Amino acid sequence: MTERVVIVGGGTGGTVLANNLAGRLDREIDAGDVEITLINDGPDHVYKPVWLYVPFGQRELENGRRPLEELLDSRVTLRIDRITDIDADAQRLRSRNPGRPIEYDYLVLATGSTLAPEEIPGLAEAGHDYYSESGATALRDELLSFTEGHLVLSVVGTPHMCPAAPLEFVFMADDWFRERGLREDVDITYTYPIQRVHGNPHIAEWARPLMDERDIRVETFFNAEEIDADENVVRSMEGTDLEYDLLVGIPPHRGIDLIEEAGLGDRGWVDVNKHTLEAEAAENVYALGDTANTGVPNAGSVAHYQAGVVSQRLASEIRGQPPTAVYDGKTLCFIETGMDAASFVEFDYENPPSPARPSQKLHWSKLAYNESYWLTARGLL
Amino acid sequence: MTDTDIEPTETVNARGAACPGPLMDLIGKIRSVEPGAVVCLLSDNDQSLTDVPEWAEQAGNEVLAVESHDDYQAFYVEKA
Ligand SMILES: Cc1cc2nc3c(=O)[nH]c(=O)nc-3n(C[C@H](O)[C@H](O)[C@H](O)COP(=O)(O)OP(=O)(O)OC[C@H]3O[C@@H](n4cnc5c(N)ncnc54)[C@H](O)[C@@H]3O)c2cc1C
Repeated sequence: MTERVVIVGGGTGGTVLANNLAGRLDREIDAGDVEITLINDGPDHVYKPVWLYVPFGQRELENGRRPLEELLDSRVTLRIDRITDIDADAQRLRSRNPGRPIEYDYLVLATGSTLAPEEIPGLAEAGHDYYSESGATALRDELLSFTEGHLVLSVVGTPHMCPAAPLEFVFMADDWFRERGLREDVDITYTYPIQRVHGNPHIAEWARPLMDERDIRVETFFNAEEIDADENVVRSMEGTDLEYDLLVGIPPHRGIDLIEEAGLGDRGWVDVNKHTLEAEAAENVYALGDTANTGVPNAGSVAHYQAGVVSQRLASEIRGQPPTAVYDGKTLCFIETGMDAASFVEFDYENPPSPARPSQKLHWSKLAYNESYWLTARGLL
Repeated sequence: MTDTDIEPTETVNARGAACPGPLMDLIGKIRSVEPGAVVCLLSDNDQSLTDVPEWAEQAGNEVLAVESHDDYQAFYVEKA
């Protein structure tokens, strides 16, 4: 009988997995023993790291979009559709297209993060972000004409995509305004929900002195409770009021609702075994990338490594061998520290990060990675 | 502190989560409950022993009790 592998989500994790698995199981697919279907709710693959550069006028949205059709191995069946229901007991999915349910033998959820600005009153109306295509372009329009005043970057909740990106944004903004001779007229404040500037203590310890040196003000233990758009004030749960002229908010994130409805985990994140990536609450279901609740950052590099692990495990299961591949928490991140310098961190469940000294070489490495990303998505790198 | 007989309004199980997960889970839950409600946070992360009281003090919420179990702590926090 044909084993049906269904992957939901054609972002970084789902695409790398589909291509990796198609390569690994090529003979079985050609013989008709295995079928791989990737379901995504749009025709394009979106590479989100490009959005960091859009507000500064350095990249266009098109640089972060390519048709999935072009990226996918021809042995993978692509279906453009939105999944609306998961029945893990019956091993069946429903989609927004009425018709027969989609049946699977193995399901992989790679549906990523969604933004939930509506959880904070006023945020959707008053806050800008670069965590969506529309947000990044609207913020670009604001930033290009912003020549004086108070820029506040507020991390409203964690977990959020790419924990380094808020630091990168304020470092880049600092440098960008300096280069344009405007820094004296622009105040920058960075807020973070806990008592340090980043969730990981090692990265926080490294980043804090850099922020102090560069006159980026910091408010910690700051959890935005509401935004008063008339008064241009962010009010925190801790009782601090912060006036802004331009507010960049990293909105609360959730997974997709149907994951919670299917009983797979809270807030749309799938509870998984953090080494095997198997769902805790269902058989034959894996999750990877942002949607897998492993405690590691929501990052593309994580989705990429996890895709390799899930691919090996699925191939073993399909061949009737015990799966042995495990995810060790590996995370890799370039961190921009200005317009032409970056740092780099690498860590896993056992080994903490130790940020590299910022250099121009690392900045170019980050840009080079962004360009070669399309090879990663194709499964070539 | 020892066992309490406080009946929490909500319980958040953050056992197994790495820092700052437990504190963020508590903050998220406090956001969604009414003033006067008591949230019980279960955490096996040692950092929570300092994180939770420090944050509660900043935010004006009260840590009513911290219960030690074999391999985790239960923090009872009342929303101001
Ligand atoms: C500004 C910014 C900068 C970043 N920078 C970096 C960086 O430098 N390095 C790094 O490693 N990471 C970075 N990231 C994070 C990275 O982009 C994400 O962690 C990564 O995309 C996660 O991959 P994923 O496969 O889990 O989800 P995604 O890539 O988000 O893909 C999920 C896919 O699932 C689809 N989908 C969702 N629900 C359904 C449904 N019901 N039915 C069908 N399809 C569905 C979505 O449309 C999407 O195509 C950044 C993110 C942002 C926002």
